[in-house]
Amino acid sequence: MPVIEINGVCKAFRDAKRNVEVTALAGVDLAVERNQFICLLGPSGCGKSTLLNMIAGFERPTEGSVKVDGQLVTGPGADRGVVFQQPTLMPWLPVWENVAFHLLMRGGQKGAHRRTAQTFIDMVGLTGFEDHYPAELSGGMSQRVGIARALLMNPRVILMDEPFSALDEQTRMQMQGELVRLWQHHEGTVVFVTHGIDEALTLGTHVVVMSARPGKIRAVVPLDLPRPRDITSPAFNDLKRYVLEMLHVDRSNS
Amino acid sequence: MFGTDGSTQTYSGTWVIAAFWSTLRVFAGFAIAAALGIGLGIAIGWSRRFEIIVEPTLQVLRPIPPVSWIPLAIVWFGIANKPAIFLVFLGTFFPILLNTIHGVKTCDRMLIRAGAMVGGTPRQLLRHIVFPAALPDIFAGLRIGIGSAWMLTVTAEMVAVKSGLGYTLWDSYYFMRYDIVIAAMISIGLLGYGSDFLVRKVMARVLHWQHGTTLQGEQG
Ligand SMILES: Nc1ncnc2c1ncn2[C@@H]1O[C@H](COP(=O)(O)OP(=O)(O)OP(=O)(O)O)[C@@H](O)[C@H]1O
Ligand SMILES: [Mg+2]
Repeated sequence: MPVIEINGVCKAFRDAKRNVEVTALAGVDLAVERNQFICLLGPSGCGKSTLLNMIAGFERPTEGSVKVDGQLVTGPGADRGVVFQQPTLMPWLPVWENVAFHLLMRGGQKGAHRRTAQTFIDMVGLTGFEDHYPAELSGGMSQRVGIARALLMNPRVILMDEPFSALDEQTRMQMQGELVRLWQHHEGTVVFVTHGIDEALTLGTHVVVMSARPGKIRAVVPLDLPRPRDITSPAFNDLKRYVLEMLHVDRSNS
Repeated sequence: MFGTDGSTQTYSGTWVIAAFWSTLRVFAGFAIAAALGIGLGIAIGWSRRFEIIVEPTLQVLRPIPPVSWIPLAIVWFGIANKPAIFLVFLGTFFPILLNTIHGVKTCDRMLIRAGAMVGGTPRQLLRHIVFPAALPDIFAGLRIGIGSAWMLTVTAEMVAVKSGLGYTLWDSYYFMRYDIVIAAMISIGLLGYGSDFLVRKVMARVLHWQHGTTLQGEQG
């Protein structure tokens, strides 16, 4: 049984002020199996974030259904960890409390929570910054805190919305490597939104190409490249060309 | 500065007592207003339904100057501490309430999403995200409140109470002791400054995480 099942999902946003309806998604079907790493790729405004938000439970589909583990998604929950595009950390909490937020909200022993958080702080390479506040971190560090926070919940599914878009090239490549390593180690299911083709091809087991508004799924491209991936290899470039073509069909038609 | 009334036997000993009563009234009224204002403010800011129920009443009560409650306050509470505390409460309550509502309503939606994502119930979100996020606004309200608290204590003491710095001030005026009038005024100024300083100290402690976010780490 797929971990995530998306069936005939449509999403229309009603703009009350202008009295128009924006169709963000029109008939999306997608099944994500366990341990897959799905990269959602598509032009800006095609509904990638909307789709991710529906899996996370922040938005409800206008039509169709979204199921996770066979259960209809009705709201957000700790079985789905989300890494937001902006880090969205609690500015009044130090790093370790942000990472352990899931545990702290439930109460219990702070000492034990801190030890749990430490494991994940070390994992994302922030050892030594446990007591820093978000305002004292760089963008990339904040983003890593967000990743540690999602991992700590040990969720069935990790959803990421362009988590590395604010990073410089070098940090991004380093974080991509980390993410793949963590994913291989934890064996989770990942849905990763990006508009970088190289990023999608470096990370995913599959690339899902979406078409411009109203968003639809144009193609699901399985990637059988060996890891770590060499972005200069001929096989990589062949796939890149193919994915680019998929993306371009849009432009020539619209 | 109390060298002036240090030489006058009638007032030198009473200053401490007068200051004590005024301070007590300020903090009693302020504490009640803070508890109610923050509690009600969170409820109004969080629940649209609750807002619809209580908002109209509050909006009608708000424009009534606290001072105009003095006659009723005397009728209800007599001439003693209570009318002064009541007046302080009225004057402090609304700034605290409105700032709290604003703080709750402007809480970053993404932070609440993040809280819901880690599995928070509405109660937990309120306690662990909305309340701490509203604290800077709540403290802004408390600071406005503590300022008006002193104004209203003194006003009430001039009219409805027979003790405190306001009473001393008004009483001295009848005896044409302008030195004491001025001394009382300065006392009020200093005590008001001291109270605000205290609120600011508590605020700096509670909001210590803000240091890095303000320009140059300075806080006022
Ligand atoms: N809350 C909303 N209210 C109204 N319209 C919305 C809302 N959220 C998204 N939309 C519309 O839905 C469409 C898809 O938005 P979405 O954010 O999912 O795009 P995206 O693929 O994530 O784009 P990007 O790559 O730029 O982040 C857009 O046209 C947008 O205007
Ligand atoms: Mg987006």
